[in-house]
Amino acid sequence: MTIRVISGGLQTTIQDLGRVGYQRGAIPVGGAMDRIALRIANVLVGNEESAAVIEVSLLGPALVFDESTVIAIGGADLGATVNGSPVAVWHAVRVPAGASLRFGRPHVGCRAYVAVAGGIDVAAVFGSRSTYLRGHFGGFAGRALRAGDALLTGSMSPRSERIASTLRGDQSETVVSRWSIATSLRPRYSEEPTVGVVPGAHTDLLTAEARGQLTGTAFRVSSSSDRMGYRLEGPPLTPRERIEMKSEGVAFGTIQLPPDGSPIVLMADCQTTGGYPRIGEVASVDLPLIAQLKPGDRLRFRFISLAEAQQRYLERERDLSQARIGLDLRHIRGAS
Amino acid sequence: MQFAPLGDRAVMITLGQAIDEPTHRLVRAVSAHLDAAPPAGVVDQVPAFVSVAVHYDPMRVGGDPALPPYERMVDALRTTLSAVRADELDAPRHVEIPVCYGGDLGPDLADVAVQHNLSPDDVVRIHSSGSYLVYMVGFMPGFAYLGGLPDNIVTPRRTTPRTAVPAGSVGIGGEQTGVYPLESPGGWNLIGRTPLTIFNAARTPAALIGTGDRVTFRAITRREYHALESPT
Repeated sequence: MTIRVISGGLQTTIQDLGRVGYQRGAIPVGGAMDRIALRIANVLVGNEESAAVIEVSLLGPALVFDESTVIAIGGADLGATVNGSPVAVWHAVRVPAGASLRFGRPHVGCRAYVAVAGGIDVAAVFGSRSTYLRGHFGGFAGRALRAGDALLTGSMSPRSERIASTLRGDQSETVVSRWSIATSLRPRYSEEPTVGVVPGAHTDLLTAEARGQLTGTAFRVSSSSDRMGYRLEGPPLTPRERIEMKSEGVAFGTIQLPPDGSPIVLMADCQTTGGYPRIGEVASVDLPLIAQLKPGDRLRFRFISLAEAQQRYLERERDLSQARIGLDLRHIRGAS
Repeated sequence: MQFAPLGDRAVMITLGQAIDEPTHRLVRAVSAHLDAAPPAGVVDQVPAFVSVAVHYDPMRVGGDPALPPYERMVDALRTTLSAVRADELDAPRHVEIPVCYGGDLGPDLADVAVQHNLSPDDVVRIHSSGSYLVYMVGFMPGFAYLGGLPDNIVTPRRTTPRTAVPAGSVGIGGEQTGVYPLESPGGWNLIGRTPLTIFNAARTPAALIGTGDRVTFRAITRREYHALESPT
């Protein structure tokens, strides 16, 4: 099946769960900014959770599906329509041949994930189909999509076929599933979320006042924020002393403190190593809340223990796994 | 060997304080050991100057499920790394990088020479006679941090970084030297350029230089530079 790109949108890229195992060569992990949205969208269409999807940012593209297929949109509600009719996020949607998917006005959040049954079929580079824009590799020709591009999809899994058959209706119609994913699994996106932070190697470097500012301030997401990192604006955080750092590993969610005192949250395309003090790491389950922030939105931090962050992670993973099994059972029974 | 959390899905193992060869050898030994016998749940590792970051999946860590995944991961790492010995490393690979020094390919060569009361030829001779150790790869795909720069050409970074340093540029930044694998902003003093493609995602192996390699530079003429230039 072919998806034709009529217009590319602001920054539309192919993403999956990123490159695993190449960080020692400074190959960034990359992948979807909002990983839970990508995974749920894939589950809804019957793909492997790690299948490549289309990441849409703020102003979406216009896409045409040459054949009838099943899609699902996860993440932010960016006002998607199929042939002019609104389609809800977090649902499976059977689209007819020739259907046109467009986006309108973003509501809360800025990134949506369009999963297509069979996944987007582009060549894997370092084991991943993710687009790494700075390195110009992965995804579709190492760049964002633009008008005239044509994407291929992989073949549908038996699970996807079952889902397609449950979405009954006229072949020329768009059919939206009545079922969805449990509401509790959908991140509660907000324009001013509070995210959990696990204390980092250099949290103690902050003065008591700076520590209070870190948790007592609504930081503003600066306009120089991108897939690599979010720069935050607020009161400059002062370290007790300047320390000599040797570059070492960082992670998606690491909060760095450069000399100017404005923290940077490292995001999906972050470099593998860094030389700034690390004042904390955002809890993995809260990263989607940051991934959906756009410049001008605000962000609050609260310290949580490592044990709590990991407990929430394990619970989320078990819930998602159960939800997947629940959907499978429903589709085997053939309910719509 | 110290263990500390790097968020909820990684552990930082710190193996020393200073950037020196004994610490580097321990870093490489730990890295090799983790490749040979990775504990359950380990998904990636990042060897650096004095540390190895180990990324893991909390769902797949072994041990008593009543304990937090981090504690179980550290236990598994302690056990597997208790047998690490830094004297069992493979012999380093040797990589020679041809460099055309000076001119428009090395616009800061004259400036570096003036700062050290040397002639540009002296700087070239000193730089290309050194033997350099790759302490780590970081910053951008394929960027190798080389240690072993002779003291008499150690040069502070430029006060104003360039917005675009061409791929292949050879620079000096403080006590380090290295080659920019991709075009990027950069503050190092550029003394030459290699015609080799240091990093290419479509090639196997993608990067010419890896952690633990020994690197030397060989001065070449402009004519040789163009002859060796790979079409891109």
